[in-house]
Amino acid sequence: MPSLNPQPSTHLEASAGYDHRIISYIQNAAAHGLYEIRGLGAKRRLPHFDDLVFLGASLTRYPLEGYREKCTTKTLLGTRFASKPIELETPITIAGMSFGSLSATVKEAIGRAATEVGTSTTTGDGGMTPEERAASKTLVYQCLPSRYGFNPDDVRKADAIEIVIGQGAKPGGGGMLLGQKINPRVAEMRTLPAGVDQRSACRHPDWTGPDDLTIKIQELRELTDWEKPIYVKVGASRPYNDVKLAVQAGADVIVVDGMQGGTAATQSVFIEHVGIPTLAAIRQAVDALMEMNVKDEVQLVVSGGVRTGADVAKALALGADAVSIGQGVLFALGCNSSTYIQQGEAHSAEADYAQLGTAPGYCHHCHTGLCPVGVTTQDPILEQRLESDVGTRRLKNYLQTLNMELTTLARACGKQNVHHLEPEDLVALTIEAAAMARLPLAGTDWIPGT
Amino acid sequence: MERLTLDATVSKPLSFDLRQTSLRQVNQFLHRELTAGQTVQIAHPDGAHSLAVGLTVPAEVNVEGHVGYYAAGMNQQARVTIRGNAGPGVAENMMSGRVHVTGFASVSAGASAHGGRLIIDGDAGLRCGISLKGADIVVGGSVGSFSAFMAQAGRLVICGDAGDALGDSLYEAVIYIRGEAKSLGADAQFEEMRDRDYEALHELLSEADLTHDPRSFRRIASAKQLYHWNANAQQDY
Repeated sequence: MPSLNPQPSTHLEASAGYDHRIISYIQNAAAHGLYEIRGLGAKRRLPHFDDLVFLGASLTRYPLEGYREKCTTKTLLGTRFASKPIELETPITIAGMSFGSLSATVKEAIGRAATEVGTSTTTGDGGMTPEERAASKTLVYQCLPSRYGFNPDDVRKADAIEIVIGQGAKPGGGGMLLGQKINPRVAEMRTLPAGVDQRSACRHPDWTGPDDLTIKIQELRELTDWEKPIYVKVGASRPYNDVKLAVQAGADVIVVDGMQGGTAATQSVFIEHVGIPTLAAIRQAVDALMEMNVKDEVQLVVSGGVRTGADVAKALALGADAVSIGQGVLFALGCNSSTYIQQGEAHSAEADYAQLGTAPGYCHHCHTGLCPVGVTTQDPILEQRLESDVGTRRLKNYLQTLNMELTTLARACGKQNVHHLEPEDLVALTIEAAAMARLPLAGTDWIPGT
Repeated sequence: MERLTLDATVSKPLSFDLRQTSLRQVNQFLHRELTAGQTVQIAHPDGAHSLAVGLTVPAEVNVEGHVGYYAAGMNQQARVTIRGNAGPGVAENMMSGRVHVTGFASVSAGASAHGGRLIIDGDAGLRCGISLKGADIVVGGSVGSFSAFMAQAGRLVICGDAGDALGDSLYEAVIYIRGEAKSLGADAQFEEMRDRDYEALHELLSEADLTHDPRSFRRIASAKQLYHWNANAQQDY
């Protein structure tokens, strides 16, 4: 009996363990003996806000009418000890990004956009530029381990102070700004020679541990006569303990940055393999605040992969008082766009992406300083590819869109105030997300682990 | 809280007693009322933290006793004398002015100080001058381990000895040491003393009322091998 001919052996079977990405990693390591340094945040698939959905109002809940009925977004941060808390028009704030990783023009555009929508922006490693201060109505000044450009005059000019313990992209690590981005102005602000790699310290120079942090916070309060709110920012690794310790140390506001948070430059192995997802971090942070009975006294700001109005709404429903956005801001400014706009005309940046060995939509080459669209560069030519007015308009539109989406979802859940969103408004689509966020799996009453 | 005000006709040194007046009141007075050329005495600090932080005018502040953390932190222009010992982070992030500790200083003395002079008559603990950004520190005694760690600019003068890893990951700051360092940190190296080093030392020692011969000091600076990420190093430095 004739047998069937086997299929021609054109079937290509990929390995799950050694897929194209891993093979490429190994071959690059073998070729160069270098680990990869890159910008932005984790690219791997993680349980995230997309794995949650809202339960809109129905018979058991009463919705508000679309864009007509009032739904407030006002947000107050720093009410615990500071005599001058921050009042914002929206809970969507802008995360710390340094002058050095970004140009002075970009920092100014961010400040102007933030001011126009009534929110705060944040300095970064490298200090405060006069352009940024002038453009930003509400500016949070970071106190980082490196203390690059840290100046008491700027502390006094700030509206709040953020002590950075860690960052979601690299909890336990310091920043890196490679020499090619260190132009003379950046170098001067950081008291280092131009062109030298700047490896920001991973530990603060004048304190170690939570007991010292209490005294450091007191020093900053004394310096500013107890006027300014003091934030403590932690990269999400052990947020339950870190939040408790920060509260104990006297923080007014706690910022928890999940592993999807971005960076200007760090080792890829750090970005992808250190820290926990934002979704998991929020629940732990809220638990810590509830157990210490300070949920209404100490505000929680969540960051790390907050991209859309839905993400904002979900973070608030899980217990955040505000969110902080970094990478979304960069994308709004034109990061990873195939074109840039100069004098009203669009120009292709594809060739410049190709020269970096990447393409629009895939670029994470912030560390090179050769940003094809002028966002993360100090190069005087490339910098001109982002005009301040264009950046301001685009970022304002983005923030406005997020705010509109946020209120749309809040109204659909029957809330007149976005801060009234609550965990009960959410369910999870996956078991992992349900377990991390401690929400029921959609269509069930089952909360894994309870 | 009651705010202290200054009677402008008062010309004698102002005095505060921290057993009678709160730290916050004293600091607020120093921030808001102190004017150039005035002298303020502060008695019974009793180890208070954050005393005289954030001063901004060229006035004189004398603290009669031991202080806790961050005394004279972020100082600008003022001359602060602590007649006693200082806790961690004395004169941290100082921008200008002069801070003098007549006793010993704890860890992180002068951390990240951008300018001004810090003089410590006795010993200083670990991490003295860590992350230094332009200030000058003169230590009459010895310093602990990891002093001048990642120091970027400025000068650290050590009249005694140093612990381990002196000058680890130095940038442009310079260390002068009279005694022995238990070990040097990564990328730190002894260098030849030149005329400008002797001149600098002479000036710094005189400012601190120390009479050591500058020729008895050695210079330590960065070998600059870590200025750029070195792929060929085994990452174990």
